[in-house]
Amino acid sequence: MEPAVKMEHDELFLSGHRACPGCGLALAVRHILQTTGPNVIVVTPTGCLETISSPYNFSSWGVPWIHHLFENGPSVATGVWAALKAKGRADTRVLAIGGDGGTFDIGFGSLSGMLERGDDVLYVCTDNAAYGNTGGQRSGATPLRASTTTDPAGTCSLGKGEPKKDLPAIVAAHGAPYVATASIGYLKDLQRKVKRAMEFCGSRYIQIDQPCPSIWGFGTHLTVEVGRLAVNSGLVPLYEMEEGQITKVRKIKKKLPVTDYLKAQRRFRHLFAGPEGEAEIARIQALADANIAKYGLMD
Amino acid sequence: MKVSMGAVVEGRTSLNYKTGSWRDERPVIDQEACKRCGICADVCPDSSIKAIEQPGRDKPLYVVDYDYCKGCGLCAHECPAKCIEMVAEEK
Amino acid sequence: MAPVPRNAQVIEGSEAVAQAVAVCRPEVISAYPISPQTHIVEALARLVADGRLASEYVRVESEFSAASVLAGASATGARSYTASSSQGLLLMTEVLYASVGQRLPFVLTGVNRSVSSPISIQIDQRDTMSLRDAGMIQLYVESSQEAYDAHVAAFKIAEDPRILLPVMVCMDGWVLTHSYEPVDFIDQAAVDAFLPPFKPVNFLDPSQPKTWGSYAEPDIQMEINYSVHDAMLYAKQRIKDVFAELSRISGRDYGGLIEAYRCQDAEVILIALGSVCGTIKDGIDELRDRGQKVGLIKIRCYRPFPYEDILETIRPAKVVGVMEANFSMGSEGAIGLDLKAKLCNRPGAPLVIDFITGLGGREVNKDTVAQVAAKAREFAAAGQPLAEAYWVDLNRELLP
Repeated sequence: MEPAVKMEHDELFLSGHRACPGCGLALAVRHILQTTGPNVIVVTPTGCLETISSPYNFSSWGVPWIHHLFENGPSVATGVWAALKAKGRADTRVLAIGGDGGTFDIGFGSLSGMLERGDDVLYVCTDNAAYGNTGGQRSGATPLRASTTTDPAGTCSLGKGEPKKDLPAIVAAHGAPYVATASIGYLKDLQRKVKRAMEFCGSRYIQIDQPCPSIWGFGTHLTVEVGRLAVNSGLVPLYEMEEGQITKVRKIKKKLPVTDYLKAQRRFRHLFAGPEGEAEIARIQALADANIAKYGLMD
Repeated sequence: MKVSMGAVVEGRTSLNYKTGSWRDERPVIDQEACKRCGICADVCPDSSIKAIEQPGRDKPLYVVDYDYCKGCGLCAHECPAKCIEMVAEEK
Repeated sequence: MAPVPRNAQVIEGSEAVAQAVAVCRPEVISAYPISPQTHIVEALARLVADGRLASEYVRVESEFSAASVLAGASATGARSYTASSSQGLLLMTEVLYASVGQRLPFVLTGVNRSVSSPISIQIDQRDTMSLRDAGMIQLYVESSQEAYDAHVAAFKIAEDPRILLPVMVCMDGWVLTHSYEPVDFIDQAAVDAFLPPFKPVNFLDPSQPKTWGSYAEPDIQMEINYSVHDAMLYAKQRIKDVFAELSRISGRDYGGLIEAYRCQDAEVILIALGSVCGTIKDGIDELRDRGQKVGLIKIRCYRPFPYEDILETIRPAKVVGVMEANFSMGSEGAIGLDLKAKLCNRPGAPLVIDFITGLGGREVNKDTVAQVAAKAREFAAAGQPLAEAYWVDLNRELLP
């Protein structure tokens, strides 16, 4: 079992937020802010995070925070950074924390612009692979053959036919100095990556796999375990890139078949109904194996 | 109370909303069996397990804040000592 | 013709705007190109590149981001600026509404240009008029000199602690941005005294963490919305005061929210905004020489809508002809609608005819003015309000 993370600061993401019980996002944000400490300004595009944390007069934020719109998390963050720079307050750092909808899809152009300019922002995508806030619609981050409300499994469909967009690779192609993938299944690793990212200047990116009991369909007590299953199957490779080169990967000690991960979630249940589903499971297993090979996840 | 200019809100005000009322089950920590590893506090999405420093002891006591605990069960599931039990809330 | 001012330079309108913005010391500028505003942001870029303007200049990837950068910067307490037109203004519409709601002041030059489709880079005001519901203050200018002065005033209006709204200075593309007129600059020391640094009460600051962008339940949303309207009503007097203060420094007095031109005994009063007012004034002078009693109300501040000043000024008139280059499809022109709403049910209100002129850059000249004045008299003689707006010079043979 992973040893405990030592909390250095008072909570900066406060209790009383409206997240679902067992929410992976709330867990991620707690640990991100524990690592950065209070001298940050946080920007969040529309999505679960702003909804749970900012009903009028009940703010969970112990740091200055702005939610503006859905498409513009990155460019609002750029504006905050530009203002800090203009005022000579560069010791305060800028964080953007957004979901996959606002990052992979509607915020993609804004993200690309920020990355291309190299604006000094750490962008953290908390990825629950769907538009969670609105009930679980398909996003560019939804993995192959997951059932979502706008791409549901049915008699004529096995769910999403396209693989997950490889956003960390796209970010790296912009020349971002630090790119990492993380998981709420491994909180100490997540904290270490946030800390490392803060040691760089420029546009940095961390993508956090964030299992979601409500949308993915599993018991609220299993959020962290499902995160571990994803990592140990190879479906969610954990790696870091610095200046375009992979510097570290998290090795898988004991490889798990993807079925362990898939059968734990309602969104993949349809794949266990017959031969068509079996064939898709094999495709998903091939994706996991390809990750293991590509990133060298096993010795 | 007057609405604020631009609906700007003071931070930390969610503490005024006690999510403990959401629970169906509550975690109960067996303090004798607890190894004080702190994992329960780590994995709580609602920051509802607090480490209380104890004078003369090197490790803190872990205590549930029932004002906010939503009863998700992550602490019980992740506890390596299996010393947290989820108990039904009395109606 | 007015005498050329003392320190005037003959300068391109866009350059004049850049100089006005620069003298206000913006901390953050965002830039995305679109005709016909691009010369403004290019002039600002040259000032930054030559070390003559100490702003953070952000070259964004779309107008949505241009406005979004300003929102983030303004929330962090920085004086901020951008310029756009037409399609760019439509694209940033969402950001402008959100910034109004969060009370994030900045200044935006809305260089007027027609909107697609069809695509046209010629002038009309459909672009800025489409934003009239957002809660931004809208100022319109007739000349490059007025554009210069209005930008300096705009920052002070926007950042007023009881206003805190974006201010859009609207100026016609090409006619103003790309023509050369004499413009008198105000010196830096005078502007610094007029416009102190932006110091909002609320801004993103780790030492006092606050939250922007909450969601509002029905129990407060109406009140938050009303408070924006309330700020705009307050702004009417404040805008007059700011321009009055500026005129004491510059020596140039434009009137207040409106300029009344030869209205005192006018039987026909035309209402318009933007650079076309120069043409209309010339047209009115000719009509006056022929004995016709015609006047012009030039709207300088369109939002908030200065109906009190307009109603006061149109008292002598038998008929009011609004001349506007915009249209709310399926209804009428925006200014006509605004004015008729305020006149409705008032005893003794003059007839108001809404004339649609100049869409897509259709020429408006002194003949047009004479035609409009004549039509206004004709409709007034008939005594009946028109069922529809009157589209001037519409070639019905071209209609499909």
